[in-house]
Amino acid sequence: MGLEVYFTILSQPSRAVLMFLESNAIPYTRKALDLRKGENRTEDYSRINPMMKVPAISDDGFNLTESVAILKYLANKYTVADHWYPKDIRKRAKVDEYLAWHHTNTRPACASLFFNEVLLPARTKQPADTVVVQSALTQIKNALDKLETMFLKDSRFLCGDEISIADLLAICEVMQN
Amino acid sequence: MVLTVYFDMLSQPSRSVLLFCEVNKIPYEKKVTHVGGGDNRTEEFQAINPVMRVPAIKDGDFVLSESAAILKYLAAKHNTPDHWYPKDIQKRAKVDQYVAWHHMNTRENSIRVFWTEVIIPMMRGREVDQARLQRQLPALEETIDRLEQVYLKDQQFLCGDDITIADILAVPELMQLYGAGRNVTENHPKLTAWIERVKNKLQPWFDEFHTPLYKMRQKRLKGEKAKL
Repeated sequence: MGLEVYFTILSQPSRAVLMFLESNAIPYTRKALDLRKGENRTEDYSRINPMMKVPAISDDGFNLTESVAILKYLANKYTVADHWYPKDIRKRAKVDEYLAWHHTNTRPACASLFFNEVLLPARTKQPADTVVVQSALTQIKNALDKLETMFLKDSRFLCGDEISIADLLAICEVMQN
Repeated sequence: MVLTVYFDMLSQPSRSVLLFCEVNKIPYEKKVTHVGGGDNRTEEFQAINPVMRVPAIKDGDFVLSESAAILKYLAAKHNTPDHWYPKDIQKRAKVDQYVAWHHMNTRENSIRVFWTEVIIPMMRGREVDQARLQRQLPALEETIDRLEQVYLKDQQFLCGDDITIADILAVPELMQLYGAGRNVTENHPKLTAWIERVKNKLQPWFDEFHTPLYKMRQKRLKGEKAKL
């Protein structure tokens, strides 16, 4: 069975998980799901992820959802370079700090813009709601300002001078738009 | 090395951090940071947390924000009993899974309703925007259903049969709604029983730290306007 990864390539957190696996040469099987066809809403998939979202993994029967949890689990399970999710408790805490902030800042801002500018108009065949799009742009600007002035203030990457799982998650959100 | 915890008792994640310190007998100094009074906007506090939110900690020369990160750091540093944040990677992953989901579900949906029912009317001196509330309530109800039917389906606590940092993050969010006068646990016996189990593990500090909310609830149920 091994490690199976359920994803869709348009999903930002899915890409972060795939990039982590590939750059660390961790063996896995890809299970692409077409959300437009409702492949995340099957009974089989709901056993893997009752929330029916992507990404999710099934590791020899151990099911896990939430990209942040998945990345940490993989970093803990496999021998990856320390910088991805450092063992030093202070360095680790700084990665945890960004990852927590990410959920309520970078992710919702970028996801909202993509949803309102691209996904919803494609689905409804209506033009994007400019008021909602403007609000999402303001949210993104605030998040990006904080990335520049806070997290990247004195370091080359979000949580220090080497790349970590924080950067993988953030960059996928920024690339969405 | 002194641990200072910057908090506002009306902030749900602040209460989570304080409860974790108390129940694990982690020595710390309390630093009240009253958000309503602008204590989070001082230069001194911005040096601790540039995002100007509570809770935040200063442990010697190390500063940290975000309750999820703080709880994990304190668990590692003080070698707290394993059940809080298990070392086994699968059990730990289950806690990380809830904590990730928590931000945009339990926390986000509770906060939205609390702001609409309590904070905005208080700040603007207006009645509750009922249309806005009705738009927000379905998401809160879905969160509560998910807590019961997914996380609490076959276990006593959110991530297994013992309390973890997941429970200590979740319960204060639901208590915030209780303070608003809302009965989120009505018709949800599993949720009610779980909240009682969590409370019992965290007394007497649970009641002590939730007293402002208990008082707020009494006033609101009597129709009096509560102050923050």
